Amino acid sequence: MLDVRGIKKVYEGKGRTVEAVRDLTFTVDQGEMVCIVGPSGSGKTTLLKIMSGLLDPTAGEVLIEGKKVDGPPPGMAVVFQEYGRSLFPWMTVRENVELPLKQKKLPNARRKELVDESLSAVGLAEAHTAYPWQLSGGMQQRVAIARAVAYEPQVLLMDEPFAAVDAQTRADLEDLIRDIWHRFQVTTLFVTHDIDEAVYLGQRVLILSSSPTVVRQDLAIDLPDERDQLNTRSSPRFAELRAQVYSQIHRPKADAAEPVGAGATAVDGGASGYGAAPDLP
Amino acid sequence: MSIVRRLGLTFGLPIILLAAWWFASANSTDFFFPPLSEILTALKDEWFGPRLLADVVPSVLRLLAGYAVAVVVAVTLGVVIGTSRTVRATLEPVLEFFRAIPPPVLVPIFLLLFGIGDGMKIIVIAFGCMWPILLNTVEGVRAVDSVLSDTARTYRITGTARLRTLVLPAASPQIYAGLRQGLSVAIILMVISELFAASNGLGFAVVQAQRSFAIAETWAGMLMLGLLGFLLAMLFKLVENRQLAWYHGLRRAQRSS
Ligand SMILES: Nc1ncnc2c1ncn2[C@@H]1O[C@H](COP(=O)(O)OP(=O)(O)OP(=O)(O)O)[C@@H](O)[C@H]1O
Ligand SMILES: [Mg+2]
Repeated sequence: MLDVRGIKKVYEGKGRTVEAVRDLTFTVDQGEMVCIVGPSGSGKTTLLKIMSGLLDPTAGEVLIEGKKVDGPPPGMAVVFQEYGRSLFPWMTVRENVELPLKQKKLPNARRKELVDESLSAVGLAEAHTAYPWQLSGGMQQRVAIARAVAYEPQVLLMDEPFAAVDAQTRADLEDLIRDIWHRFQVTTLFVTHDIDEAVYLGQRVLILSSSPTVVRQDLAIDLPDERDQLNTRSSPRFAELRAQVYSQIHRPKADAAEPVGAGATAVDGGASGYGAAPDLP
Repeated sequence: MSIVRRLGLTFGLPIILLAAWWFASANSTDFFFPPLSEILTALKDEWFGPRLLADVVPSVLRLLAGYAVAVVVAVTLGVVIGTSRTVRATLEPVLEFFRAIPPPVLVPIFLLLFGIGDGMKIIVIAFGCMWPILLNTVEGVRAVDSVLSDTARTYRITGTARLRTLVLPAASPQIYAGLRQGLSVAIILMVISELFAASNGLGFAVVQAQRSFAIAETWAGMLMLGLLGFLLAMLFKLVENRQLAWYHGLRRAQRSS
């Protein structure tokens, strides 16, 4: 479905070149839910922008169903990290959610249905006529999520979408994302800082190194598919997995070559992707 | 703020100034400073009398025509220039040159080119007031937020839909700033274009009154121009407040957080 091959990105600035991403290769299968964790500045946003065709990679390519991405592909929705700047301030919440649907030329009745459904799903059924700047940061981000969901994408990319919401809302939204993913089988890529969140949400967790970025480990999350905030998070397996991710992230670069940890399941070129990236200096 | 207080703040000072003028000039025997009462009579009898249709209305129509042409041309051009770096680099020096020419000096040349009719005056007004609109539109279009732009791109909003839903609204606060400046320039040029080779219009009539020593009427013409400018500014503000309600709300929200 999603095929990321040898992506490298070097930002050329005046007198300053930043190698944000060195070499990223992984695949995401149809209908999979993959979380990406990595330290701040490790190029997660850069990766997402390349995958969504907003940014050209310096080297490598991204394929969606075998087709090379050059420019935003149809059927993809992106929720940006900068929630405050991704909603159109001159449109109401409703108009914001409806805009991409109009662009898709959906009939009026269907649009209304989708808008109502998605706004209720994020708990904003009452906020249709408000303007984004009348809402709190967390509510704004939920509008952005509703807009992405209403679009009925085949691929959903999310860049730290819950950074601005409180713990309770965050838990609700995590379950919402799982629910949407279950219901619509959306191939979902979810970027986060939060290790617990990555383990809770994902079928797989891609652990990125700090910049210049490579994939440290591609970890399968073998928790049962039915997850809930209380039981899943308190299960021993959850603790093991989160410890595994944690140690990968905090491991110094030099000895990152070997996958670590007893009981952890590093996927090694298995059905769903490529293995850990062992080619570190 | 209560309505009474607001009305008081809006009209308080003008009323005080008028009253001061009224009493200071009441017993004036100076030929060039007639009493305000005489000026107001002239305003009522002449400017709101026969001259309203003969001079004021033609002036205002030319003003609106010139302004409308300027708005359409400048906003269109501004969007094109603001969107394309190549066009910007090519046109910028030429535009800077034209902008540097004080519009009144164009009147004699435009007279030669376009004759003495309404067309010439409309062109003068349009040419003069398009610069602030153009430059502000260019800036506004260039400053479209990158995240919003990326959002539109990922939802494949392109072409005219992008223009309508993203570029123009995003640039609208700046465009309105340009429109406001353009309007004052347009009023000035309306008068100036009528000083040369005209047979009617506010500017023409004021100069004629002055030449025929109708002093009260000359003063009244000035008041008429002031009133006209005030009225247009109020109308403008009304439209702007409606169109930019979101922007003012956004600014308030940002300030209070
Ligand atoms: N437009 C740009 N020009 C130059 N350098 C950039 C640009 N965008 C990002 N970078 C650099 O690339 C690196 C990766 O940035 P990126 O935003 O992708 O990180 P991130 O993983 O999303 O970080 P965070 O978790 O803080 O959002 C950083 O060092 C950043 O300074
Ligand atoms: Mg980021």
